[in-house]
Amino acid sequence: MSGDAQKPVLEVRDLTVDLPSGADRPHAVEKVSFTVNPGEIVCLVGESGSGKSVIAFTVMGLLAKALKPTAGQILLQGEDVLQASEARLRELRCTRMSMIFQEPMTALNPVMTCGEQIDEVLATHTQLDASARRAKILAILERVKLPEPERIYASYPHQLSGGQRQRIMIAMALVLDPVLLIADEPTTALDVTTQAEILKLIAELQGTQGTGVLFITHDFGVVAEIAHRVAVLRWGQLVEFGTTEQILSRPQEGYTKMLISSVPSIHPRHREERREGKTVLRTSKLGKTYSSSAFFQATRVVKAAVDVDIDIRAGETLGIVGESGSGKSTVARCIARLIDPTEGKIYLGDTEIAAMPPRQLRPHRRRVQIVFQDPYRSMNPRMTVGDTIIEGPMNFGLGREEALKRARILMETVRLDPNSLDRYPHQFSGGQRQRICIARALAMEPDLLIADEAVSALDVSVQKQVLELLDEIRQRLNLAVLFITHDLRVAAQICDFVAVMSKGRVVEYGPATQVFENPQDDYTKALFAAAPGRHWEFGSFAA
Amino acid sequence: MLDFIIRRVIAIVPVLTVVAVFIFLMLRLTPGDPAAVIAGDNATSDQIDDIRRKLGLDEPIWTQFAIWITDILQGKFGESFFFKKTVAELIAQRIEPTLALATCTLIFAVCVSVPIGVLAAYKQGSMFDRAVMAFAVLGFSVPGFVIGYCLIYVFAIELGWLPVQGYTRIGVDFWKFLERMVLPSLTLSVGFVALISRITRASVLEVLNEDYIRTARAKGLSNRVVLMKHALRNAAVPILTVIGIGIAVLMGGAVVTESVFGLPGLGRLTVEAVLSRDFPTIQTVILMFSVVYVVINLIIDISYTIFDPRIRY
Repeated sequence: MSGDAQKPVLEVRDLTVDLPSGADRPHAVEKVSFTVNPGEIVCLVGESGSGKSVIAFTVMGLLAKALKPTAGQILLQGEDVLQASEARLRELRCTRMSMIFQEPMTALNPVMTCGEQIDEVLATHTQLDASARRAKILAILERVKLPEPERIYASYPHQLSGGQRQRIMIAMALVLDPVLLIADEPTTALDVTTQAEILKLIAELQGTQGTGVLFITHDFGVVAEIAHRVAVLRWGQLVEFGTTEQILSRPQEGYTKMLISSVPSIHPRHREERREGKTVLRTSKLGKTYSSSAFFQATRVVKAAVDVDIDIRAGETLGIVGESGSGKSTVARCIARLIDPTEGKIYLGDTEIAAMPPRQLRPHRRRVQIVFQDPYRSMNPRMTVGDTIIEGPMNFGLGREEALKRARILMETVRLDPNSLDRYPHQFSGGQRQRICIARALAMEPDLLIADEAVSALDVSVQKQVLELLDEIRQRLNLAVLFITHDLRVAAQICDFVAVMSKGRVVEYGPATQVFENPQDDYTKALFAAAPGRHWEFGSFAA
Repeated sequence: MLDFIIRRVIAIVPVLTVVAVFIFLMLRLTPGDPAAVIAGDNATSDQIDDIRRKLGLDEPIWTQFAIWITDILQGKFGESFFFKKTVAELIAQRIEPTLALATCTLIFAVCVSVPIGVLAAYKQGSMFDRAVMAFAVLGFSVPGFVIGYCLIYVFAIELGWLPVQGYTRIGVDFWKFLERMVLPSLTLSVGFVALISRITRASVLEVLNEDYIRTARAKGLSNRVVLMKHALRNAAVPILTVIGIGIAVLMGGAVVTESVFGLPGLGRLTVEAVLSRDFPTIQTVILMFSVVYVVINLIIDISYTIFDPRIRY
């Protein structure tokens, strides 16, 4: 990108932000310096706790009270915002610097119409009268490509989709043509096809207006897609700063190399096709329909899953991929009988369990175990991890001593210290907790392990380790694994077979290599085309 | 929406049926004979039987119930055993002071408690916040009659600013009416203010952590606008709920307050009716209270839709 001759819109010099005393390190951000030029997109990349969001909030002056910037300068077109008064900061917000956030679902006020919320910006910062403001709002809604601006203006946030809400946020941020846009993981909560559209929109708008963008993300696919320059952060320090090409293809620092090597490739790893294990799970025309009815109202019917036929053999991993609302988790929950399917059959080995009454089902419960998405919420915080692991086996009649002995072996299997069984979940990191969840599932000696977005909440380097662990366990125990994910890269790396779901139906189903390299269905093709950074092959670097 | 209102109004019927059966049985099954109360201490058992027959209390219990329900359905609330008037007349006479007391209390309590709750949340941890919380604990724990007598002592007896007791009808002299409403409403609202300010504080605090509050600040809005426009309206639903529940508590509190300040309202009527075992009066007053309670909660539920567009019935 050009702009070398121009003055940067944002210049961060030796910024240090202190953490409150008692935190695990003294600084949230330490001596970080970088610049953003007009018309340029700079990505701040890092894993959780790297300080990337703290930098964004410091620029906006929206830092939590506990955090204090203690050194350095933040120059917005030459003006130091760290020295600015609260009143001056309010003037700058939305006029010269704007911010959009991760969660479009919660970032808009649910009790005001979208139009009113944008209008507030204009009413606060301009002298325009009501009709001029309205005209300006309708124009910006058009610019962010929202259909029927008039209707959107009068809509409440909950009446719009996630992508549309993020467009409203973008409209609100850009309505006064700020010189700097800060985007804090703006597409992380969105589906991959929506993400592609939003990324395109941001790139387009900032290109035409010459806005400088500070884009915060943890996703290297997104970086490859839109960044001009990249700053890599770790533990509050700047590790490396350079052009996208430099950072992604020729990283200099060990940490950057490790991060980039951890990014799963979108091209499936070649896995030998076996198909000789015995079938552990087979579903036939599995379906789940939710219906709600009330007095005086027509019955509402939602078909969450329709005619799902899948099968998994021992030692195989079947991935179900799809966007939110595609029914992938519904299928997993039906198979585990956490919810009751409304149609079809589920064969666990030779036993049909779809309509089995709870009492008879109990002995079969052991055979299907789930690892959930959020390791922070899927364990009882008041039970030691040892008690969590042995609870299931003891429930099925194993003695405490025997169960504990097995728990120790399992801790080794998931590469955690067996002596930490008497500790509580909060004493472990996210990746460690997910290992404990896997150990808990394995303690039941299941035939089928369901991983429901089990690595989605993890940082990329931790994700890689957990994926490797899962694959190793599958091989060693000859386990059947049902892997639910929205992340195509992850699916490409771990699955032998892939089922692509859309609107409750399986639209494409086959060996991973075939589905990924030669998709047949239109939806699958669109899904793959939307994957960010798909043209970029992330290399492996020896750290 | 209309469906919802119709359904809710229909739902009043089973609620009232349960209340009617319950109150009827409670009165018949607890000891204490209205006939004996009316006859006085020196009456012979023949005289008491005679009175009992006149009141229809010698009929089997289910016959009495059937007669009462049939009367109610025809809009006849019966005649008081004790006051020698129809219950309808009694209530008409006594409803004004109670209605006035409840309205004044409600207006005063909401006007005071919501702002201090919001301010306490905004200044979380400050002296003001702590003072509000301390007051809330005090307001909950000190009984109404103690507050009432304290206020009378200070403002009526020592300072002489306001009258000690009594009631003037609103139509007779508005200023006198208002003068005599101040202390009772203040007394009754103390617990109410404590309750609403606490809930307001908690609910605003929760909302202040929401993402859209951050968005509002990122827009460059002032703290006042963020607080009053974005936070308060989102915090409204729990506050409304508690006001609705509070109105029920208010009716209970009215009994004590009316006694302390000598207001001739429904609260005192209820106490007098209970003491004299005046079945028709007790039954009707309690049925009326339950209708009021159900209707107020319906109004509260409907008012949710004004504050939160996501709630649709």
